[in-house]
Amino acid sequence: MRWLLCLLLCAAFVISGCASESKASSDGRVHISYWEKWTGFEGEAMRAVVDEFNRSQDKIFVHLLTVSQVDQKMLLATAGGNPPDVAGLWSFNTHVYADKGAIMPLDDFMKEAGIKREDYLPAYWNLSFYRGKTWALPTTPASVALHWNKDHFREVGLDPERPPRTIEELDAFAEKLTKRDENGKIIRMGFMPSEPGWWNWGWGYFFGGTLYDGKGRITANSPENIRAFRWVQSYAKKYNVKDLQVFQSGFGNFSSPQNAFLAGKVSMELQGVWMHNFIDKYAPHLNWGAAPFPHPADRPDLANSTPVDIDTLVIPTGAKHPREAFEFIKFVQSQRGMELLCLGQRKHTPLARVSPQFLQNHPHPYLKVFIDLAKSPNTFSTPKIGIWREYQDEMNNAFSNIWLCKMTPEEALGLVQARMQKKLDRELRQKRRRRL
Amino acid sequence: MTKVERRNLKYGLLFVAPWLVGLTVFNLYPIAASFYLSLCDYSVLQSAQFVGLANYVDLFTDEVFWIALKNTLYYAALALPLGAFIAFATAVLLNTGVRGMAFYRTIFFLPSLIPSVAAAILWLWVFNGEYGVLNYLLAHLGIQGPGWLSDPAWSKPALVLMSVWGVGHAVVIYLAGLQDVPQQLYEAAELDGAHWWQKLRHVTIPVMSPVILFNVIMGIIGALQTFTQPYIMMPGGQPARSAYFYTMYLYDNALPYLQMGYASAMAWIMFLIILTLTFGALRLSKRHVHYGV
Repeated sequence: MRWLLCLLLCAAFVISGCASESKASSDGRVHISYWEKWTGFEGEAMRAVVDEFNRSQDKIFVHLLTVSQVDQKMLLATAGGNPPDVAGLWSFNTHVYADKGAIMPLDDFMKEAGIKREDYLPAYWNLSFYRGKTWALPTTPASVALHWNKDHFREVGLDPERPPRTIEELDAFAEKLTKRDENGKIIRMGFMPSEPGWWNWGWGYFFGGTLYDGKGRITANSPENIRAFRWVQSYAKKYNVKDLQVFQSGFGNFSSPQNAFLAGKVSMELQGVWMHNFIDKYAPHLNWGAAPFPHPADRPDLANSTPVDIDTLVIPTGAKHPREAFEFIKFVQSQRGMELLCLGQRKHTPLARVSPQFLQNHPHPYLKVFIDLAKSPNTFSTPKIGIWREYQDEMNNAFSNIWLCKMTPEEALGLVQARMQKKLDRELRQKRRRRL
Repeated sequence: MTKVERRNLKYGLLFVAPWLVGLTVFNLYPIAASFYLSLCDYSVLQSAQFVGLANYVDLFTDEVFWIALKNTLYYAALALPLGAFIAFATAVLLNTGVRGMAFYRTIFFLPSLIPSVAAAILWLWVFNGEYGVLNYLLAHLGIQGPGWLSDPAWSKPALVLMSVWGVGHAVVIYLAGLQDVPQQLYEAAELDGAHWWQKLRHVTIPVMSPVILFNVIMGIIGALQTFTQPYIMMPGGQPARSAYFYTMYLYDNALPYLQMGYASAMAWIMFLIILTLTFGALRLSKRHVHYGV
């Protein structure tokens, strides 16, 4: 009989190890778990919000846990039936996870709490709105602008307070700002479409293109996109691919003083509202400015184009305390919570209403540029299709082939078009089968 | 079975139970599940839908699959012989009775102890086209080094070079084998007037052949499953997918793209490739590997 006892003991250990810690709270509060991606000062900003929420009431206690690759881990935890109550994801996850049933629609909770779409800047709101429902609420937003190095402008005789307004001006400025040493080696580029390489998919939008028509058709090789990538390739041709490769291979990590823009190797660069934090940290003496990215001279209607993005809060399907989870989300969505968070991360807020103190206390010298960009009619974002991650990788690959002059824009984008249309057709077939 | 035997069997099974349970739950079940899933549409959260061989059929017409497979085989074809040769040569040199052998052995083994992510970050700097130590050394020889990680022609050779740095593991195994080669064979060879090359060719290599075979098979498996270094150093296998490896495409399908069925099919194809190559190596070895001296 002793061995049976042994076995039972083992089983007991295993089971107690697996069981979710349903914290039978001795303090009478409901304890909820919240997984978030942020580390460093961005994580601290969110921690301050969580602490503030925990102090503000005595019913709910939020445990914030920093998790890397939080989107994948949340998905696996949800599949395993033991998800966190709240998770902080990216907006590109929203529609994919909604389609897979991994996250809950929030509309009923929102109605109860009196949260309306008018409370938000429309560009940011739209990112979470999918198939007629709201699947996530924003935390911090981002719009993107051209950053320029004023000292470089001064050095080559350009007005340091006057950034380029059209693509043609950008090209002319870039030529002036580019420097080579006595051996002809590039030591500074005025502008490089490959830096930082995060919006390789998006160049077409600055020229009036799109990647998806919203009705089942991929539009990767539209004339606007081809025009955009011809422009990308014009840099590779003008400054010589090989020279650019050697020059580029000397760039360090984004988050380091060797960052190409911070180290003064690139004079103008497309960057998000967060760039200010990195300038502050790694190159505090840099003399810089931020302005809307230029538009083609023949398309003034495309002025103030910007990709927009948000970080999101979601409630995974199967979360044990969805109601309490939403109480916390509601706190983050309040003007007080949101401004505490966004000031801590030194971004603007996704809310339509902003307090004067927020703007006054904000350390970002060009915050208004980013707020205005977010309000522009020409914001764009990644298409809401399940194959987006793959589509993005395809666009990166096409960019690489175009940038290295291994393919013409027509060839590279044609390949993307054929490949992704096939994948999209398959996705739509699968969705029909699952009646989505 | 007597009562005692039965009791012994019971206790025996009980004692190996943790291992048996572990093997079944964490190895056999996932392997069996991945085979079933390779025949399904499966995105982790929704239930798997059986689609027959569709994933396999799609794979064969998937350009990226072929690019990834080609890159991987190309890398293995370069890294494997080069690594084997350098590891063996190093071991032979270390075995000549140099002073401080233990010291050198440690030095050569050291790189295998460095976590691969840390090593990848380190090599990013070695390969840096402008400030990298490699191009600095080449410049001294009057050669202008390429942008190792930004030029599609050089990204795979760079990884091969890096893999050679990590042969310490094989060196130690070879060295252990070399020290087991019976001295009397060398003495006999010397009496017959053999010089060093003949001794190496006709004594050392034949005696060492089982060790070489073991290292080659481990090398095949390791090279075909290369993941960490390109994943860290060349995100997305860029430039121009020249460093996009099989395992990277598998991973991308499994998690970022959430096509677990497709990824499982890829895993099974990789399994078959490794199985075939290993069988091939064993077949070839029948004529060239000598067991027992």
